[in-house]
Amino acid sequence: MEKLINEFSFGLFFWQLLIFVGLIFLLKKFAWKPILDAVNERETYIKEALSSAEKARKEMETLNKENQGIIKKARAEKEALLKEAQQTSSRIVDDAKRQAKEAADKIIRQAHETIEGEKRSAIIELKGKVADISVEMAEKILKSELDNKEKQSKFVQTLLKETNI
Amino acid sequence: MEIPAIVGGGLIVIGVGIGIGGVGRGAMEAIGRQPDAYGKIQTAALILAALVEGIGFAAMFVL
Amino acid sequence: MVKSITIKLIILVGLINSYNAFSNVLEKDKDELEKEIKEYINHHVLDSYDFNLLSYTKDDGAKVYVGVPLPVLLWDKGLVVFSSSKLNHGKSIVQVGENYYKLYHNKIYKTDSSGTIFYDKNNHVANKSPVDFSMTKGVVSILLVSILMFVLFRNLAVSYKKNKMMASGIGRFFEPIVLYIRDEIAIPNIGQKKYKKYMSFLLTVFFFIWFCNIIGLTPLGINVTGNIAVTFCLALLTFIITTVSGTKDYWKHIFWMPGMPLPMKIIMAPIELLGVFIKPFTLMIRLYANISAGHIVMMTLISMIFIFRNLIGSSLSFMLAFFISIIEILVALLQAYIFTILSALYFGFAVEEHDH
Repeated sequence: MEKLINEFSFGLFFWQLLIFVGLIFLLKKFAWKPILDAVNERETYIKEALSSAEKARKEMETLNKENQGIIKKARAEKEALLKEAQQTSSRIVDDAKRQAKEAADKIIRQAHETIEGEKRSAIIELKGKVADISVEMAEKILKSELDNKEKQSKFVQTLLKETNI
Repeated sequence: MEIPAIVGGGLIVIGVGIGIGGVGRGAMEAIGRQPDAYGKIQTAALILAALVEGIGFAAMFVL
Repeated sequence: MVKSITIKLIILVGLINSYNAFSNVLEKDKDELEKEIKEYINHHVLDSYDFNLLSYTKDDGAKVYVGVPLPVLLWDKGLVVFSSSKLNHGKSIVQVGENYYKLYHNKIYKTDSSGTIFYDKNNHVANKSPVDFSMTKGVVSILLVSILMFVLFRNLAVSYKKNKMMASGIGRFFEPIVLYIRDEIAIPNIGQKKYKKYMSFLLTVFFFIWFCNIIGLTPLGINVTGNIAVTFCLALLTFIITTVSGTKDYWKHIFWMPGMPLPMKIIMAPIELLGVFIKPFTLMIRLYANISAGHIVMMTLISMIFIFRNLIGSSLSFMLAFFISIIEILVALLQAYIFTILSALYFGFAVEEHDH
């Protein structure tokens, strides 16, 4: 301890205090303040740049999301349109089929009716003809038959038997 | 026989050496256990080492 | 003669300057050599009145010093100025007006015309000593370091403006250190709100101690931070700043520790008050002791080369001295760091706001 006190030199202490305090103030004014300011400025600049980049990224994201929504919507619309078109087309086809069927049915029905009519008229005509022929035949038969009295009566007898009145 | 003062100084230095060794060991183990708290442990260890060292300077008085 | 000069060169490379202890190595026996080395080392760790780079002894026994004399400034009922070369390393008496001055054991004393030194009962020098403001080697070194620091950091500050917010040149090396002191030392210990006030002191003190430690390791052999007056000044500044910036809370914690029983409060108050002075005191002693011890160890190891004077011992000493120098480079940085972080810590205690 004594050695320490002996070693202590007031002159050196005085100069050190003077120079060091002067150095602190000089450096504060001309070095530390500008350095720290510049570093701070740079840091805030970097921070701002980063945050703006982040912001841009977020914006991009929302934009992307929006785009995706739009695409989704468009796709749904397209699908709906396609569906509708399909429905329309199938309806048209169905309609056409039905109409065709109806038309065909009508034609068939008409054909049936015509056939029926023809048939009826043919039957009627045939009936007429048959009646005429039978009358003629009957006339002839009767002409030949009526010559014979016995036969006549026999015939009338058979006729009577045949015709159930 | 009179024991010279410098022996006392030496004893102080030995004690302080052990003390700082203990602080360092504790700090190292703590860092090993919790590497995340590195900064806090370092500061605390420095303060404690400085305190122990302060006792060590008592050795200066006997010289 | 040639051999003697070679030894001088080795000494120069090995960080040794000023008084050459080993000039008469060949003629002297070991005891005398060891004594001389001890004296030399003791002398080296002290400040000196002139800036010597090396010295050697001529064949006729006269010592030759190579270096620059520095002005001696004394306050003895008026300013007294003369060149340190007049002191002639304590061999001559300097006459200024009616007063005579003599350098004795690295201190200037007032003497009579024949330069008698009186002793008192305790074997201390009884002569009067004038107030000494000399531009010693230490003062010159402090000035040189200050100028170097100013130029370096002024350049760094200017380079930001020139170079679009980026440091250029050597500032690129120092900028991360400045940022480290801000982010790892000042902000965690003092706090985000108040650290700005203390940045100038912390930065200046860190670089000042670091640079002084480093020039202490060069062959110039300047021992600035290993001088008690210098470390006392640095610690005093820390103490003053801590005391001035101490909040009401800080003083309350010292004199009347809250949240403690009454007897403990009474016991704690003197301990805490003592702590206020011990903190800067340990700062002062730590730096002084570490750097002085480093210099002494270095020089002892280098001196061992001349004590052994054989291949194995000397080369071993050389290797040891070499590795110790590398460790000393680390210590130079570490001591600057410790001083700065502890100062920051004490400032942090002073401005801390507790919430009870």
